[in-house]
Amino acid sequence: MIAETQEVIPALEVHNLSASYQRKPVLWDVDFQLPQGKLIGVVGPNGSGKTTLLKNIMGLMEPDSGYVKLFGEDLEKVRHRISYVPQRESVDWNFPASVRDVVEMGRYRKNRLFKRLKAQDHQLVTEALERVNLLELSQRQISQLSGGQQQRVFIARALAQQADLYLMDEPFVGVDAATEEALLELLTEMKNAGKTVVIVHHDLQTAYEYFDWTVLLNTRLVAAGPQESIFKKELLQEAYGGRLTVLSKIGDLMARKDFPARETGFKEKEGLGDG
Amino acid sequence: MSSAGFYIMATGAVIAAACALLGSFLVLRKMAMVGDAVSHAVLPGIVLAFLISGSRGNLIMLVGAAITGVLTTVLIELLHKKARLQEDASIGITFTWLFAIGVILISSFTGQVDLDQDCVLYGEIAYVPLDLLYTSSGTVLGPRALWVGGGLLLLVVIFVLVGFRGLKISTFNPEYAKALGISTAFWHFSFMGLVSLTTVVSFESVGAILIVALLVVPAATAYLLTHRLKAMLLLAVLFGVLASVGGYYLAAALNGSIAGAMVTVAGILFLLAFGYSRWENSRKA
Ligand SMILES: Nc1ncnc2c1ncn2[C@@H]1O[C@H](COP(=O)(O)OP(=O)(O)OP(=O)(O)O)[C@@H](O)[C@H]1O
Ligand SMILES: [Mg+2]
Repeated sequence: MIAETQEVIPALEVHNLSASYQRKPVLWDVDFQLPQGKLIGVVGPNGSGKTTLLKNIMGLMEPDSGYVKLFGEDLEKVRHRISYVPQRESVDWNFPASVRDVVEMGRYRKNRLFKRLKAQDHQLVTEALERVNLLELSQRQISQLSGGQQQRVFIARALAQQADLYLMDEPFVGVDAATEEALLELLTEMKNAGKTVVIVHHDLQTAYEYFDWTVLLNTRLVAAGPQESIFKKELLQEAYGGRLTVLSKIGDLMARKDFPARETGFKEKEGLGDG
Repeated sequence: MSSAGFYIMATGAVIAAACALLGSFLVLRKMAMVGDAVSHAVLPGIVLAFLISGSRGNLIMLVGAAITGVLTTVLIELLHKKARLQEDASIGITFTWLFAIGVILISSFTGQVDLDQDCVLYGEIAYVPLDLLYTSSGTVLGPRALWVGGGLLLLVVIFVLVGFRGLKISTFNPEYAKALGISTAFWHFSFMGLVSLTTVVSFESVGAILIVALLVVPAATAYLLTHRLKAMLLLAVLFGVLASVGGYYLAAALNGSIAGAMVTVAGILFLLAFGYSRWENSRKA
């Protein structure tokens, strides 16, 4: 039944959304739609409202105006199909819990909170741990993990939720290059399985190669669409105010039509790309 | 051991156990000082309910005081969120002010009420064996405070058992809990309501000033020694009970305040745990 409507109904619609903290506007009349089955980046400078956008989508904050539809429905109706991955720094990792304890939270449901988890839930938790390669560490206390491992715990918890739309806030922060690669592979797998993955990402350079679609944000929506339509000098300049030298690099990149998708040459430090 | 001694220790132990369970979540929620604030702020509620109903330990008084406690947390949040005051300043203003009102009420109505300042501030667990419950045929059932404390402990144990997952997820990651559709407000207010209730019941035993020690110290001690939430809860209860039993004997030996001795023992247990965890860590490193 989902297969039929997949192309038609957008995974996410944000309609004229405005939000503020203490009357300081942080999102202003943001309006866009995202298709299902894509890997989508939400990109913008620091403080541009990316986290605030996710919070409004997940109903964690009251917007000043506007509304959000998920798979054409209100959040309350499709909550079980949406998974939210908060920023890693948003929790206290010294909490007395094991890796497995945290991933199990992905199986908690409002109306089943008083019951024990079932065998099937435990199975899904094990599978999620396996997919992020944390099965051997499943009994470890979460404070004894590296930043990248903690990030993978959050992603495993989201996987255990068995959702169709994933909203992830900065999953690549504090992750080494190898883990980033592995995570990206996992996200691509999820996309190929028909899931929609929306990722807040602050690195403009990698954003181009990682995603199918990009939402470019700076309090207002600058643009949302497939990569080719977004990575244009004018748009990036509008979002970043032309401050970054990155812009000119990206500009060069865009000029070179034959830019290979996974070239890493412009990460100055490593210089791997010219090998 | 005298039956009076046993009653005192048992009452201290059930109250310490209830405090330890709730205190563990207070510590993990970084709300230890909110617990302190609530324990002081219920004072005017207690005195008013006492003046109105003329007796202590009845249900109206307990519920009334518990509501005062929840209102305190609401007031703290209002000052913090709406008036943009720092959280610690909001706590400081709210509870000292409410506590002061309570103190005024007590001092101006002394004589009219059987509630004296010392008892409110420091508790009088030594008087526990004097207030006994009897059956209609005259058999001694034990001290009233022990029954009230036991009822409270039962309530807290049921709450923690049934609400374990809800408390855990709303403590560790409230935003994620909300994203799953779980009401963090429900967990917050039912939890704080129970903390207030516990505070009121513990009042007579340890007094307003020392309650926070029973809430926080055994929980913090357990936190140092384990990485598992369930183990932390069990250890906290163990330390709470040890503190009240040890405190009784210490007070008997020194002929001093029982409540003071209980908290002193709790502090010594904490220091031992602290030393042990340091030693463990350095051995591993
Ligand atoms: N709780 C809050 N109270 C007040 N202002 C806030 C709060 N959270 C965010 N802001 C402000 O709102 C703006 C947008 O914040 P937001 O966290 O959404 O940005 P972001 O795009 O996620 O930034 P970053 O890339 O740094 O994570 C910022 O100017 C920030 O200072
Ligand atoms: Mg952010």
